[in-house]
Amino acid sequence: MSDTHTSTLHPEPHSNDTADTLDVAHTDADVAEHIEQHKTRPGPLLPILHAIQNDLGYIPERAIPTIAKHLNLSRAEVHGVVSFYHHFTMVPRGRHIVEVCCAESCQAVGGRSLEALAKETLGLNWHETSRDGQITLEPVYCLGNCACSPSVRVGKQILGRVDEARFKALLDELTTQPLTLLPLGATSPEVN
Amino acid sequence: MSNHTNTRLYIPRDSSALSMGAEQVASAFIQALGSYAESEPPVQIVRNGSRGLYWLEPMIEVDTPQGRVAYGPVAAADVESLVAQGVFSGDTGHPLYLGPTDDIPFLKKQQRLTFARAGVVDPVNLEDYCATDGYQGLTRALTMSAQALVDEVKTSGLRGRGGAAFPTGIKWQTVLDAPASQKYIVCNADEGDSGTFADRLQMEADPFGLIEGMTIAGLAVGATQGYIYLREEYPHAHEILDEAIRIAESNGYLGDNILGSGQCFYLEVRLGAKAYICGEETALLESLEGKRGMVRAKPPIPALEGLFGKPTVVNNVLSLSTVAIILAKGADYYKGFGMGRSLGTMPFQLAGNLKYTGLVELAFGVSLSELLYDFAGGSRSGRPLRAVQVGGPLGTYLPESQWDVAMDYEAMAALGAVLGHGGIVAFDDRVDMAEQARFSMAFCVAESCGKCTPCRIGSTRGVEVIDRIRANKDRENNLELLTQLCETMVDGSLCAMGGMTPFPVQSALKHFANDFTQ
Repeated sequence: MSDTHTSTLHPEPHSNDTADTLDVAHTDADVAEHIEQHKTRPGPLLPILHAIQNDLGYIPERAIPTIAKHLNLSRAEVHGVVSFYHHFTMVPRGRHIVEVCCAESCQAVGGRSLEALAKETLGLNWHETSRDGQITLEPVYCLGNCACSPSVRVGKQILGRVDEARFKALLDELTTQPLTLLPLGATSPEVN
Repeated sequence: MSNHTNTRLYIPRDSSALSMGAEQVASAFIQALGSYAESEPPVQIVRNGSRGLYWLEPMIEVDTPQGRVAYGPVAAADVESLVAQGVFSGDTGHPLYLGPTDDIPFLKKQQRLTFARAGVVDPVNLEDYCATDGYQGLTRALTMSAQALVDEVKTSGLRGRGGAAFPTGIKWQTVLDAPASQKYIVCNADEGDSGTFADRLQMEADPFGLIEGMTIAGLAVGATQGYIYLREEYPHAHEILDEAIRIAESNGYLGDNILGSGQCFYLEVRLGAKAYICGEETALLESLEGKRGMVRAKPPIPALEGLFGKPTVVNNVLSLSTVAIILAKGADYYKGFGMGRSLGTMPFQLAGNLKYTGLVELAFGVSLSELLYDFAGGSRSGRPLRAVQVGGPLGTYLPESQWDVAMDYEAMAALGAVLGHGGIVAFDDRVDMAEQARFSMAFCVAESCGKCTPCRIGSTRGVEVIDRIRANKDRENNLELLTQLCETMVDGSLCAMGGMTPFPVQSALKHFANDFTQ
């Protein structure tokens, strides 16, 4: 599978912007580095995808042919893996990923109201990102925090017994953090 | 580190304790200790795992001459008054004082074997681990032949704790007998069932127990490489396991010369990526190989052709952790617990709408109602309990008339129910069982790997049919259609995902029929 073939099927968006070109170059370098670091491990694809998503916040479309080439897979195979797992995403997301547990234990103590509250307060449906790029709302099936249901996760932090007040306090904390130079789509920083 | 003049203050680093504010409590104590008079005896903060008394988290403990005493649930705002009243000398007058930890009834009534160290030790302190009988199993295992190790596990009667309850020793025998240049030990730590958290608790509280169990498994079947397939949803467990593996490696418990025996075993954690189906062992293996988590047809069984086509032991976290105990204490000791063909202990996990939630490790055979009322104290909401789902999202809903059932594999099977991984999710009388049935189908739509038609298409049609029933569209015929659809999925699916998704639906139809006709 040649690179020419690749670019015919997936033409790169035309850009005259220097910043964009720089970003693309950075992305390519990052992707290459992650592939290099993991490609000799047995079953390297998931570790590579995790490394790229941790670093960039998503799996860029242009990373797919590069990964495929290095692992001797077809692009369809790599794409198939990325799209199979709920965790991997090919679109940039918000700075914070707010995951609301939708599984049974949480349902038993008001989880469905919490789901509705999250959607309503944020004005987002599942998988959507707020217009300011701060928050992406995702459903999750079980965080293993079932003895303290209902649960919400943001980055590495898991919150238990989340009622309306606790959820709103969380949003306050997330949206009033001082602005940093983190690019949109970067991995959500730990919330403490 | 282990200066005995220090007072030890235990603040858990378990995910659930953190979810209730344990980190803030720790920060408040560190701050309080900063202004603590220098004349006072020094206080050492230990970040332990959880005891599993989750409704009391964050539960802190203090060493006293009379043993450890507990306080909980502690909020950061309570720290000032705790320190002022003398928490470091085990003050008994504070409103959050719970008494000696081991005397708390919820814990005292348990039989902790697999979870003996949970919440007691610092999870990444190897000295703590060895001081509490850790690595005795491995030390003994290194003096035994591979066959003797497999025999010991067979004799113990241990059955897979992941849910399928297959005898662990028999699986190991198959792998031992399979000639191959490379074999693997894979730990299934993809604990996706709602209502379960025992694996997570164990990995966060006692990671060396799992590492030791996997090392013993490697010696028993001749495998030199192990993988812990951990779900992405467990970031704290990931951190703790990685740290424990590094410590075990640097102290000669893992690597190319285990305790100077000349035997080798390597271990690493691999992260899943949010796919419930990867808890099914063949989908898990596909995922470890870097593929979509598609279920494989069996045979061949993984014990003969598993990871990368090589003979592979796939065991749950608790099965492997328990192996370390069986080797340390002997098979006969272990099988002294339990009843019939369900030997040993089972960690039951009390979740959902219950007052006292947490982990209860007991010999098999305790009744469901004892767990719901004697341990959990009934509903958290104060309303009557109505339905209890046992065994995760593929487990049946049990109505009150069935709560006397003994919690063992055979008694549950006789009811058409499953024990699974021991998760118990209780609902009060506000639950709409038709909505729960719909969720079971919808969950299968989201999580089916798509390989077989009954699961992939059946679940989608299931959601549609239940929607029509709930909207009272041609209800009689659609109820009949749902019954047939469930039978088709049970009989025709490749794995437990499609094969068991109908269980909660069928039980809701059978025991809570009114909810479908309102």
